[in-house]
Amino acid sequence: MGKVLLGRYVPGDSIVHRMDPRAKLILSFFFIVIIFLANNWQSYVLLFALTIGSILAARVNFAFFIKGVRPLIWLILFTVLLQIFFSSGGTVFWRWGPFNLSYYGLINGAYVFCRFVLIIFMSTLLTLTTAPLAIADALEKLMMPLKKIKVPVYEISLMLSIALRFVPTLMDETAKIMNAQRSRGVNFGEGSIMQQIKAVVPLLVPLFVSSFNRAEDLATAMEARGYRGGEGRTKYRVHYWQTGDTAGCAVFVIVLIILLFLRHW
Amino acid sequence: MDIVEIKNLTFKYPQQEVQNFNNFNLKIKKGEWLAIIGHNGSGKSTLVRLIDGLLAPESGEITVSGIKLTPESVWDVRSKIGMVFQNPDNQFVGANVEDDVAFGLENAAIPREEMLIRVRQALERVGMWEFADHEPVRLSGGQKQRVALAGIIALKPEIIILDEATSMLDPEGRQSVLEIIRELNQVEHLTVISITHDIDEASNAQRVVVLDDGKIVQDDIPAKIFSHGASLVKIGLEPPFSEKLKEELIKQEIKVPDEYLTKEGMVDWLWQLFSKQ
Ligand SMILES: Nc1ncnc2c1ncn2[C@@H]1O[C@H](COP(=O)(O)OP(=O)(O)O)[C@@H](O)[C@H]1O
Ligand SMILES: [Mg+2]
Repeated sequence: MGKVLLGRYVPGDSIVHRMDPRAKLILSFFFIVIIFLANNWQSYVLLFALTIGSILAARVNFAFFIKGVRPLIWLILFTVLLQIFFSSGGTVFWRWGPFNLSYYGLINGAYVFCRFVLIIFMSTLLTLTTAPLAIADALEKLMMPLKKIKVPVYEISLMLSIALRFVPTLMDETAKIMNAQRSRGVNFGEGSIMQQIKAVVPLLVPLFVSSFNRAEDLATAMEARGYRGGEGRTKYRVHYWQTGDTAGCAVFVIVLIILLFLRHW
Repeated sequence: MDIVEIKNLTFKYPQQEVQNFNNFNLKIKKGEWLAIIGHNGSGKSTLVRLIDGLLAPESGEITVSGIKLTPESVWDVRSKIGMVFQNPDNQFVGANVEDDVAFGLENAAIPREEMLIRVRQALERVGMWEFADHEPVRLSGGQKQRVALAGIIALKPEIIILDEATSMLDPEGRQSVLEIIRELNQVEHLTVISITHDIDEASNAQRVVVLDDGKIVQDDIPAKIFSHGASLVKIGLEPPFSEKLKEELIKQEIKVPDEYLTKEGMVDWLWQLFSKQ
């Protein structure tokens, strides 16, 4: 059960795995932004080439990416259908009430589909090749300027890493409580909505109680180990920005330049 | 020399009516292994939390390693003490083993180069270096407590406090943890304060203090304390196997020695008795 939420990280030793998490995080955001600049098939081909190239460099099984798309497939199809039937322009092939199937509608639908797939592939690549903790570290580093406006950056990042650390522990505990309640005749995932909600209560109550106890124990243990706020601590985990990271950024900037050029094809 | 000295300590939790400690006194010698036993709610955890400055006394004086505990000196005092708590999961802060050991070092602002060395040494010490990149879910309770010990060893404290640290472990995990504590006490002369319900753990100590409602009712060497047999259950301990055996032998009208026998002592005495006949 521990694998569901954040356990998507697949350890490896590719160029992409070894990149600084900050670089990967920045590039993922950068990519999502530049996707919205793409406006013709040439530019989408370019972005697909970049994505496929990155995936190949990471040497992770392509099946993971298909799996990443699957849970979102209904959302994607819904959005695509909206685009297809509600945008007009160009040759109209078919019309019925407010719906119409037009040339532009089809094209737009295809573009929206491509955007979804690209965003999912790239963010899947980020989470597959970067440990959750490394992402938390990168967020801390990137949020550092916010310290000036009194955002407790260290504390947020410690909270995040502790939360990540306790996800599997709480999952195990949930499974245990579910089994305990099942043995007393509670049925999960069966019956009417009201019955299902009722079944969740005896699951959530013990889970909350135990989480609060854990939090209290953890706070005591942290204090006993000398924790007194994020200020003035040294760091055990460090990430180094290497040539590969600069090169990666350069590739993305070059893609952006070509993309700007392709827009006005 | 006394490493911990508690004088006229008075304490009560804000939400409680009665005093947990009233004019309480205790001295602990440097290098000593002190076991604290007593039934649930007798104030054992409260006492060690007061020593570590996790709770503040109403009145009285606590001195640790020559430092008088005050709100200003509390962090200095804590740096002398390493604490291991009962639940292995709820004191594991790091995302993986080495990270958790580093947590205390990061708090103490140790430079990274030195952290790397100390983390490795501490983990090798407790036999967990090969698990350095393991997450807590992949460890047994005993392994987690060994990591907690490594976190303490890395900080080089003078006193180790175990608050029922072995009570949630299987016998094997308990043994591996006690083995490390024994070594730290005998080789490095660390002072050990262990709260326990386990007679084997308590019999490792040089001195046993029995607490009852915040008062010391007995303070002696383990052999003397455990020879009281039946009263052990009352003070919150299972009688040891050798004591139970002794009671059975008495029922068979066999004369047994009065003093407490360890398991080994029992074996010796048994074969000697056997060869005399
Ligand atoms: N956080 C707390 N708030 C109020 N009362 C507490 C708290 N912790 C312990 N107590 C009370 O203080 C007494 C001693 O508890 P404790 O030191 O935990 O005993 P022990 O560790 O020997 O089992 C008990 O009566 C307990 O109910
Ligand atoms: Mg206790």
